[in-house]
Amino acid sequence: MRNPYYWNYLPFMLQVLAAVAIASGMVLASWFVGRHRSSRVKLEAYECGMVAQGDARGRFSVRFYMVAMLFILFDVEAVFMMPWAVIYRQLPQLTGSRMFGFWEMLVYLGFVLVGFFYIVKKGILDWASDKADL
Amino acid sequence: MNQVPDILRILPEVILTLAGVAVMMIEAVLHQNTSRRPLGWLAVGSVAAAFWASMAQFQMAPGTGFHGVVQTDSFSAFFHVLICGIVLVCCLIALDCMPERGENMGEFFALVLFGAVGMVLMSSAVELLLVFIALEISSISTYILAGFRKHSVKGPESSLKYFLLGSFATAFFLYGVALVFGATGTTNIREIAATLATTPMPAFPVIALAMMLIGIGFKVSAAPFQVWTPDVYEGAPSPVVALMSTAPKAAAFAVLLRLTYAVFPLLHVQWSSLLWLMAALSMTVGNLAALRQQNVKRMLAYSSIAHAGYLLVAFSAPSSEGIAAASFYAVAYAAMNVGIFAVVSHVGGYDDHLNSISDYRGVAYRSPLMGAVLAFFLISLIGIPFTGGFFGKFYVFAAALHAGAIWLAIIGLLNSGIAAYYYLRLLTTVYTRHAEDSAEPNIAPLSIPIVLALLLTVGSTLVLGIMPGRVLYAARWAASSVVPPTAAPTEIVVAPLQPAR
Repeated sequence: MRNPYYWNYLPFMLQVLAAVAIASGMVLASWFVGRHRSSRVKLEAYECGMVAQGDARGRFSVRFYMVAMLFILFDVEAVFMMPWAVIYRQLPQLTGSRMFGFWEMLVYLGFVLVGFFYIVKKGILDWASDKADL
Repeated sequence: MNQVPDILRILPEVILTLAGVAVMMIEAVLHQNTSRRPLGWLAVGSVAAAFWASMAQFQMAPGTGFHGVVQTDSFSAFFHVLICGIVLVCCLIALDCMPERGENMGEFFALVLFGAVGMVLMSSAVELLLVFIALEISSISTYILAGFRKHSVKGPESSLKYFLLGSFATAFFLYGVALVFGATGTTNIREIAATLATTPMPAFPVIALAMMLIGIGFKVSAAPFQVWTPDVYEGAPSPVVALMSTAPKAAAFAVLLRLTYAVFPLLHVQWSSLLWLMAALSMTVGNLAALRQQNVKRMLAYSSIAHAGYLLVAFSAPSSEGIAAASFYAVAYAAMNVGIFAVVSHVGGYDDHLNSISDYRGVAYRSPLMGAVLAFFLISLIGIPFTGGFFGKFYVFAAALHAGAIWLAIIGLLNSGIAAYYYLRLLTTVYTRHAEDSAEPNIAPLSIPIVLALLLTVGSTLVLGIMPGRVLYAARWAASSVVPPTAAPTEIVVAPLQPAR
């Protein structure tokens, strides 16, 4: 090797190789040594010890996921205000305009509000009705 | 510093965003049973406005805005105009074949508009983080659009596959950006190029570039990152396929052109050999796999992989000729591919009730106009003269030959021959008389939007095939703002090149 720097990693590489060899060796050894007798029961899908039934592709309500996702969305959107608030007093010097930083955040909040209005109108937060077809 | 106000630099994006928000809000307050068609026309109108604003950007003094994160020049304006045109026609196709009410049709147009914002922003962003954000805006919209028929079996499958593989690929892109930042200390494209030009080449930029090539290779569905394409195209509604097989690809190619030619010109040896391989693989894999397809949309999916390969051939040219050829090919490909999906979505319908090649038997006798237009686009996809597909291929292969990539050009020409087989197979099926005993194909009557869409796509394919001069001039002008032309103009001058102004 031209660059002796890489040689520092040789023990590490050996360790990785040894780990891979041992892990795959054990799996392969048990595959070769062990006996394979597959029966109908053994090959069935395992569902908590019960007999599997129905199709895996049923439709179910994702209302909880929607609420969780919206929580994360609005949470992250609120987080964006933090750095803005911290440097708010320096914004006039940074942007070269007195109110630019203020209006930009107002535009941003406008978009957040639009999204909020949309989910309310679509009935995502309305637990009683199924208008949103979730 | 520059006289142009920042807001004008992103005017098309602003128009599209406001229109998207408006469509979304109107959709939310409209009653469930009201027709969503006016929302579609609102989307068409706003995309037309964005198209006009993009045309106006050609006249604008080139420069950057918003502290150097967006750059408007002839290159960004070229791709803005192209993407806005694609989105316009796709909205028209959707207006024709999608149901008028129910299934949140208004959201469809809102998502298309938001996706368009991301795609146009990709072509003007010169800050890698903004490129990444724009890529995500366009991708997330298309992930949802792919599964828009959520009650069908294939729709959610298509969406999920696209989402999982797509986010995995964008992660590679982001990792590449991080490595570039590690190597140069900046994510601004111009500063990266300046830093790389002065520092001796460490290994980081090579790895970073490879990572970014993976991310973009996925978006343009170039082999070996093409596996998702047929499944996703099969499950997605046809108007969406028309959009996602052209517009995000054009945007991703714009990013790729800027990255390779403007940011990493010093790594030309490395990336051009990688792209050589990707081009050869995409053409061969796409065309060979398309031979065996029975489903029309799957066949066109493989054909789009092959066309991404043809476009990558242009990258073998180190000069601005390669950029011009690639940009021109992007326009020609977009015109004919959107056109053929307009026909597929009108004939096959929103629910894809005609989807296999044998279903298309006798379509030309049932609807002579649809048959003729389909034949025209197939001929253009083959690359027969007097269509846009011919000049697209011609410039790409000419650029490759000038650069000395003779073998790549040979592979490409062989592939064009293979491709002719499956295009002609569909063509002959369409013009085969229908069997007596089976039911006639059921084709919806013509509507105004589909006529407009076909006029636009057929017209632009014809114009590109007969008088490509103006578009070629625009493509060369676009190329000149990425790489200033150094060599003398090439000898291929087909039409007198007059300034479009």
